[in-house]
Amino acid sequence: MQRRQSSKTPKQPPQVHHKNQTDLSAWRKGGRTDPEKSVQIHQSPNCQKNDSKQDSLEQALRYFEKVQDRVSLKKSDVLQKHLTTVESIALQRGLPPEGFDVLLNVALSGKLADTVNTRLLKSLVPASVIPENSVVSSVSWLCVSKCSGNVQLLFLRWLITVFDFIDHKEQLHALYGFFFSFLQDEKMCPYVCHLLYLLTRKESVKPFRIRRLLDLQAKMGMQPHLQALLSLYKLYCPELVTITLPGKKKTYFKNSEGPWKAAINAVRRRNQESSPVSQPLFLGTAQPQSRKRKWNTQLIIPASSTNRNNLEEDREKNRVDLYSTNESLPLEQLQTFSQLLQNIHHLEFPSQMGSVLTNPLLLHYMNCIKDESVYLRLYYWMGQTLREECTWCVADNNQYEEEFKDFLETVYKTECFLQEGFSSCEEFLYKSLPLWDGCSCRSQVLRLVSWIPLSSFSEMKSHLYDPLAQLFFTSSLYFKCSVLESLKELLQNWLNCHVIHLDSESDSQVHSLNTTLSGLVNVVAELIHFVGWISTVALRLENNPTFLLYFILDFYETVCDMYLRYNLPLLIMPPAGVFYPALLSMDSVSLNQLCYIMYRYRTNLVAAKENELSKKRILQFKFSSQTYQEYNRYIIAMVGCLWTSSAFQKDIHPQGLQMDDELLKKTTAQEFKTSFNIVYHPAMMGYAVLFLQQAQPDDTTLNFSLIKGKKWDWYLKYLYAQGLKGLKVFIESSINRISQASHSKAEN
Amino acid sequence: DGAARTLLSIGRLSRGPPFGRAHGRFGLSPSGRLLLPAPRSQENADPQRTAFLLRKQWTLYSVSPLYKFSNARLRDYARLLSAFIAAEKQKGLAVEVGVELDIKVAVSSLPDLKGSDQDQAAILVQLSSRSPASPKNSEEKLVWSGWFCCVSGDELSENVPEDFTCLPLFLANGAESYTSIVGSWFQKTFDCSFCRLAISPLNLSWMAAMWTGCKVDKTASAMELVFSVPCLPQPLDISYAIHPEDAKALWDTVQKTPGEITQEEVDVFMDCLYSHFHRHFKIHLSATKLVKVSTPIASAHCDGIIKFLQSQYLTGVLMLLTELAISQIQ
Repeated sequence: MQRRQSSKTPKQPPQVHHKNQTDLSAWRKGGRTDPEKSVQIHQSPNCQKNDSKQDSLEQALRYFEKVQDRVSLKKSDVLQKHLTTVESIALQRGLPPEGFDVLLNVALSGKLADTVNTRLLKSLVPASVIPENSVVSSVSWLCVSKCSGNVQLLFLRWLITVFDFIDHKEQLHALYGFFFSFLQDEKMCPYVCHLLYLLTRKESVKPFRIRRLLDLQAKMGMQPHLQALLSLYKLYCPELVTITLPGKKKTYFKNSEGPWKAAINAVRRRNQESSPVSQPLFLGTAQPQSRKRKWNTQLIIPASSTNRNNLEEDREKNRVDLYSTNESLPLEQLQTFSQLLQNIHHLEFPSQMGSVLTNPLLLHYMNCIKDESVYLRLYYWMGQTLREECTWCVADNNQYEEEFKDFLETVYKTECFLQEGFSSCEEFLYKSLPLWDGCSCRSQVLRLVSWIPLSSFSEMKSHLYDPLAQLFFTSSLYFKCSVLESLKELLQNWLNCHVIHLDSESDSQVHSLNTTLSGLVNVVAELIHFVGWISTVALRLENNPTFLLYFILDFYETVCDMYLRYNLPLLIMPPAGVFYPALLSMDSVSLNQLCYIMYRYRTNLVAAKENELSKKRILQFKFSSQTYQEYNRYIIAMVGCLWTSSAFQKDIHPQGLQMDDELLKKTTAQEFKTSFNIVYHPAMMGYAVLFLQQAQPDDTTLNFSLIKGKKWDWYLKYLYAQGLKGLKVFIESSINRISQASHSKAEN
Repeated sequence: DGAARTLLSIGRLSRGPPFGRAHGRFGLSPSGRLLLPAPRSQENADPQRTAFLLRKQWTLYSVSPLYKFSNARLRDYARLLSAFIAAEKQKGLAVEVGVELDIKVAVSSLPDLKGSDQDQAAILVQLSSRSPASPKNSEEKLVWSGWFCCVSGDELSENVPEDFTCLPLFLANGAESYTSIVGSWFQKTFDCSFCRLAISPLNLSWMAAMWTGCKVDKTASAMELVFSVPCLPQPLDISYAIHPEDAKALWDTVQKTPGEITQEEVDVFMDCLYSHFHRHFKIHLSATKLVKVSTPIASAHCDGIIKFLQSQYLTGVLMLLTELAISQIQ
């Protein structure tokens, strides 16, 4: 060991990242700080102003380097002056790397009085980094115990606090045994444990050390610092030692931040570097556990911990496998995304796969690992948990509804994160929906429905649609809307999954029966027909409320665009039971939404027709002429209703509005012929009134028949300006306006 | 990034176990079962080696497949488990692995308990305590035992990749606190999950019928069915004891194909017993809940407790229990 290496020349920054927990903060910062560079940066601004200070610091350092024997603080002005210089500069800007060697040497050598030593140690605030050598030499001072016990303690606390600022730690690791020997000092023991906790690597864990710690434990009883160190040992070598930490304990080490932390933060802030000073300690095993009901209740999502089962095996493997580095990162220490990237080649999944649910980093990892067993482990665990904890299937579980809700919520979030449904969740829904009352955990269950994977219709019908329909018809309006909402999500998830599938069609090995195009088309069609059916019934049951209509039309907004947006050769028109209530709605919102949907249907159908005609590729699927016919009939009804005032005459849909003149006369309604167009339609009449009031403020008779010719166009513009964008795109695309064409030409 | 993600997601579309694979998927019983088979090969199975499993009450659990379990490392498992038990009992104190501890753990294999060649050998875990007074020469006292087994569990093991070990049935005898510690250790170490395995009245009636048909010694004790009457302020149990030969005679008239039992036959058998009871006591047993079945072969309680009485039918009973455990897992 070199006692006194010239540290005036800062060492080269380390090229290699040492695998150690304390390097993490460096990764967070985005790379290590180069000592030289940081000093330069630190010196470069207002250089001249600092020159004098710099000089006085250099003088002080030179003084402390040469100081001999005991100098009394009270008698020596020089000492006082230099000490104050060091203190003030340290607090203001922090000390440069080269200062530590000098000051640590003098403080620990016992040359000066303890008050001076203490003040010196307290002012050891790093501006950038602390050279490892200075720490090493101070440890050797510690070994010859020239300084008092208090100074030793203070030094250890300082070392713990600034641990992350030490530029590298290889030599420090070599001193592990020295630190370990300090454990026998009762006062130092807690701090030494903390320091060892920071220093420990897998190779530091040795049977004789474990035995030594266990002896200490036997002597001193249950001590939190010993527990912490021992549980870290267990983490690295579960085959040598084991410990169960009591649930509630949270802090394992005394606060050793002392006077430095605030000062370091202040210096950092002043030097305009933002970085966390030291990383909080963590003990994966120490997470507070929620109360346990039965031992085999698994609603408690396990904490992620290293797969200890493999550790021993790995060790054996390494004897033959030279490439294996034996450096798999314990999951307990995986805290940041950059860590994940750094260690992705030697990460292991946790011993209990269920813990991935609460660990987004592991979910990322899971997303890029192709391993069947990962999913199977999760499948068994989740299936069992859902089955055992379900509050409506298992009799005594009612009181735990909140917990179960949280769990379902977590599962749903994970599915959203992974963008795929879990098959255990699907099976759970199939088994439990027939027993579900539609109330407990409602929003969670309905959300989970939206992630049911595609499967063949026979299963969907008996397991999902039938129980869902039963609940749907017998429940409140809000329940109906929520079901429609989640079925829309379900459809979108399927369609997204199909788009992804299309992109990678070459990956032929994964084509299962359910994911072939025709299979998909069938299943999607059945879902849409199911929603069409329950929507029709619900509109009648609830008497066409706008609120419900909104959710139904929202579903069809996805349906009408499937061909263009999702490349799925399928378009299904809404049933008459949905179309007519929307067309004849008293509310402009629904009518506007319907217009938009019909416009998108048109766009999709036109595109399909063009593709078909150009025959760019041989189309496996064609829209049947029936779809076009259905669309055309709806369009005739709509145009009749909104534009030509001929709804009763021209509508040819069997469930449509067509009525004999004779019949209409019997209704004694006046001017039935004009009762439906964009002026007279009940959803639009309000706009017509407002329009007339603005156009002719003096006329209070509200003569709607005045809206024609030029005023008709103004009225249209007025409607568009009111936000009826759906109506606008519909009229512009589906109504052939000769008059407008000539009109705009004339205007030009 | 997009492309990579796409491929990975696609790979997963077909992941997870194939859907709807098991006939018992929604807890329905199969329509037919084979009668308890006679022991596979008499020369291999030594009844002495499994005799200690008889006449003890075992609490049943289903266990999902064990991940990375290795039969070659049973001794390591025993060491680790024993240290784990010590650490659990004195929370907060660390325990060295491999030293002599109060509770000794033995993990061993029971190769006799198998139905088919695909079945994993059963695993026995035994905890015994040393008396602290005279640690060296005192006898060890068995305080808890539990075993994992799989008899004709092909339905599960065929669908599971190599890394998994299928031992879906777990039976425990001893203090529940030990069951809890051992179970937790297995759950943590092999990422499996334990679940109490209750036996439905339907399955109990299956057991009643199946076990009635088995041949036993003449000295056999009576067959007893216990029913509990629901919706009463005080619990009321009805015990229905039948001479085993009478029961056998009745069963023989019901069963059509030897060696095979159908749901219909079970129903007829139980209905006959019910109508007989009704004729004498005017009580409809069909309106009560069957909670316990005791026969000379074995006795089973609906809470998931079983007692084996005949070693020659041990594997047969385990086969049925394995089937129930698998249907609970899948």
